[in-house]
Amino acid sequence: MAHGEIKLNLHIWRQKGVNDKNAGIKTYKNVNVDTHMSFLEMLDVLNTKLIEEKHPDGPVSFEHDCREGICGSCSLVINGRPHGPMQGTTACQLHMRHFKDGQDVYIEPYKATAFPVISDLVTDRAALDRIINAGGYVSVNTGNAPDGNAVLVPQDISDEAMNAAACIGCGACVAACPNASAMLFTSAKVSHLALLPQGQAEATKRVKKMVATMDREGFGNCSNIGACEAECPKEISISNIARMNREYFSAVVGKD
Amino acid sequence: MSTLDSKVPAGELAEKWVQYKSTMPLVAPNNKRNIEVIIVGTGLAGASAAATLGELGYKVKAFCFHDSPRRAHSIAAQGGINAAKNYQNDGDSVFRLFYDTIKGGDYRSREANVHRLAEVSADIIDQCVAQGVPFAREYGGTLTNRSFGGVQVSRTFYARGQTGQQLLIGAYSALSRQVSLGNVEMYSRHEMLDLVVVGGKARGIIARNLLTGELTRFGAHCVVLGTGGYGNVFYLSTNAMGSNTSAAWVAHKRGAYFANPCYCQIHPTCIPVSGDYQSKLTLMSESLRNDGRVWVPKHMDDVKALRAGTKKPIDLKEEDRDYYLERIYPAFGNLVPRDVASRAAKYRCDDGYGVGTTGLAVFLDFAAAIERYGKSAAISQGMPNADKVTITKLGKEVVEAKYGNLFEMYEKITGEDPYKTPMRIFPAVHYTMGGIWVDYNLETTIPGLFATGEANFSDHGANRLGASALMQGLADGYFVLPYTIGDFLSKEIRTPMITTDSPEFAEAEQNVQGRINELLAVNGTRAVESYHRELGVDIMWEYCGMSRNAEGLRLARTKIQALRKDFWKNVYVPHTDKEGIEFNPELEKALRVADFFELAELMVVDALDREESCGGHFREEHATAEGEAKRNDEDFTYVAAWEFKGVDADPQLHKEELVFENVELKTRSYK
Repeated sequence: MAHGEIKLNLHIWRQKGVNDKNAGIKTYKNVNVDTHMSFLEMLDVLNTKLIEEKHPDGPVSFEHDCREGICGSCSLVINGRPHGPMQGTTACQLHMRHFKDGQDVYIEPYKATAFPVISDLVTDRAALDRIINAGGYVSVNTGNAPDGNAVLVPQDISDEAMNAAACIGCGACVAACPNASAMLFTSAKVSHLALLPQGQAEATKRVKKMVATMDREGFGNCSNIGACEAECPKEISISNIARMNREYFSAVVGKD
Repeated sequence: MSTLDSKVPAGELAEKWVQYKSTMPLVAPNNKRNIEVIIVGTGLAGASAAATLGELGYKVKAFCFHDSPRRAHSIAAQGGINAAKNYQNDGDSVFRLFYDTIKGGDYRSREANVHRLAEVSADIIDQCVAQGVPFAREYGGTLTNRSFGGVQVSRTFYARGQTGQQLLIGAYSALSRQVSLGNVEMYSRHEMLDLVVVGGKARGIIARNLLTGELTRFGAHCVVLGTGGYGNVFYLSTNAMGSNTSAAWVAHKRGAYFANPCYCQIHPTCIPVSGDYQSKLTLMSESLRNDGRVWVPKHMDDVKALRAGTKKPIDLKEEDRDYYLERIYPAFGNLVPRDVASRAAKYRCDDGYGVGTTGLAVFLDFAAAIERYGKSAAISQGMPNADKVTITKLGKEVVEAKYGNLFEMYEKITGEDPYKTPMRIFPAVHYTMGGIWVDYNLETTIPGLFATGEANFSDHGANRLGASALMQGLADGYFVLPYTIGDFLSKEIRTPMITTDSPEFAEAEQNVQGRINELLAVNGTRAVESYHRELGVDIMWEYCGMSRNAEGLRLARTKIQALRKDFWKNVYVPHTDKEGIEFNPELEKALRVADFFELAELMVVDALDREESCGGHFREEHATAEGEAKRNDEDFTYVAAWEFKGVDADPQLHKEELVFENVELKTRSYK
């Protein structure tokens, strides 16, 4: 692949702290970009420039870590879409060959009541941890486990559980949803555990507690728009939401 | 120099752990409630320990610098986790896993620790299945396995190419449960910047709240570091951007010896560097070598034609390709251990046969696997005479099911389709076998300070086998530390809760604040990133990477010292508060790079001192005629544990002699 140089106009949300009254978009024009770079490497290069120029704006804060699409740290809204234009791709795996010379690129943080902005493009997504804390586990202490092959799990069931378990907890589903709903995130965990025999003992209790926490954290409701599934970098299926709803209704109208 | 006591229990190798477990001192449940444990790091080693100690009733405080414990770098492990289950009926056993690991580590690890690791490996799989880890399964519902480098059995359990993610989510969910029960207090976005030692025992840490920049003192009866490895000293590595050595390094400066720092693993199959802006390297799982064949062109004309773009890799006929691993190592073929595969790739490239625009790459080719699987699928679907298009289509489906997410990742990064053209790969820094010295209890040379997982040095010797990092992290956290920590804590039941108003806490906090103030006050001109790149790429990779020699290492040491001094004179860390009491990712980075400078020097000292080649440590002066690593068992069958004596002083060497009672030291051969 040949390298190419393009110039982009970057329009980036700048914000210092939760209550910054001067928060807003700032423009960095004609930024030189190698088409082989990843999106975050482009921000690295911009940051080095802002730092070494001692630019009054300072470097752009953004969250990132593995840069392999698996840790779920990166959380940018690029031209209005969480993780940018490529299907099934996190921002860190997005490469600049997908952009055109002279293009305007808008980079914003996730926007949701439950995800307050900390600085620039960094948001607080701890609400997702609190949903997991409410029941996103199998209650088994270390040392209590039977042999791994004692319970057979059909391959298709195991695969379906894996599809749901592939969620990286980035929160793009929330950012994509006009209601800022966390139904896809929550349902992926509910499905992963409800599908497997190991998770069934406490399935009823789990779904009730996780849904209650999700509501309490200020996430919106699901109105079947499907933007979450479309923007999920791991392409988690919206059918998980249907499964969670079934689990939830049978838990609520069920025996307890 | 002193000799270190590893506290390995007496008795037969296979009986040591069993006997030790049943006779070691315990802490009664009513006392556990009054004992606090700090655990730093929430990867496999930290999260599993935090969850298990919480379940046991200890009061746990867990720390991670990420926004969530689920983001620790264990999550990026792709290929799998080993366990001596022998589900495949292919001759595996605890002893064989032990033996493979000792041999794979080039006879530089501690027998008793490795045997214990092999013993508990099977329990890990059971535990993870019970937690709901969706391991790959056969149609009949049983767990399935694949093979990894340096072994001749299939003992690797996996969850697609995301095994680390699934195991970490398992440990994270167990941790979350303990958080919800109030047994673990979770401190996310907190970075440990100093260790507090009171009366010779580890009693707490100083952590910086990364959101506010405030320093906080945390006390406990003991401290556990599950803080990972130091591969990011090389700047370019497969480690996550935030992976760092700081917690381990401050512990070292407070008295914990650092063992075998020169043992770094260079992974053979990573996506090659493409430009100066490159921030990290991406691994392509070792599992791909189950089916991928590694080659370079046989003839220089073809090398030139490939670089000029006049030929494509698929244009080269079979007889014009050099499948050099299969040629040199017929017994293990493409599945030789990582150090061997990496060096072989380097030799091909050194000789000019490398491919890609830089000449620093070799091919990893799946065409043969696609054809083989395609034919087999065609037969099983009743089409023994299927045409080539059908075979390729069916074969592609099989390969996609096995490695789909890895192929996708490769395509996203390079823009090339590995189903159609071979991957280009090159070795990159991936893991560090060296780490904080620990005894059999996983306790460091500071009483009450423990180290687990990649942060310690204990199980992999000079080279780690694939799919063994996940195994070790979880072994330490779920099944070893929860027992061995009792040896220390059973003597602490009369110790009241540790208060943080002692002079030792005040001194440690001032030490950290002083370092922050000093960094911010430099107010120079150069960004932290560029110092880190120069340290890692221009010095460490150049002189202390895949191959090393005395002259280069001596030069590297002076270069590191000069660059470190320049860093403290000319670095610029943007800030608005001169004490760093604010959210400031650049300051976080600067503090980590400052520690990498000091560690880098120790690595070079250790590499210079070890006058032999073993595993990942390859000294050019010590090679066989065929270019293989040449050990010196007579003089170097020991662990080099270094004591910190000051930033500008030479560290002091202490030795732990390695005694092999159950395996015979042999020249490692994979031929």
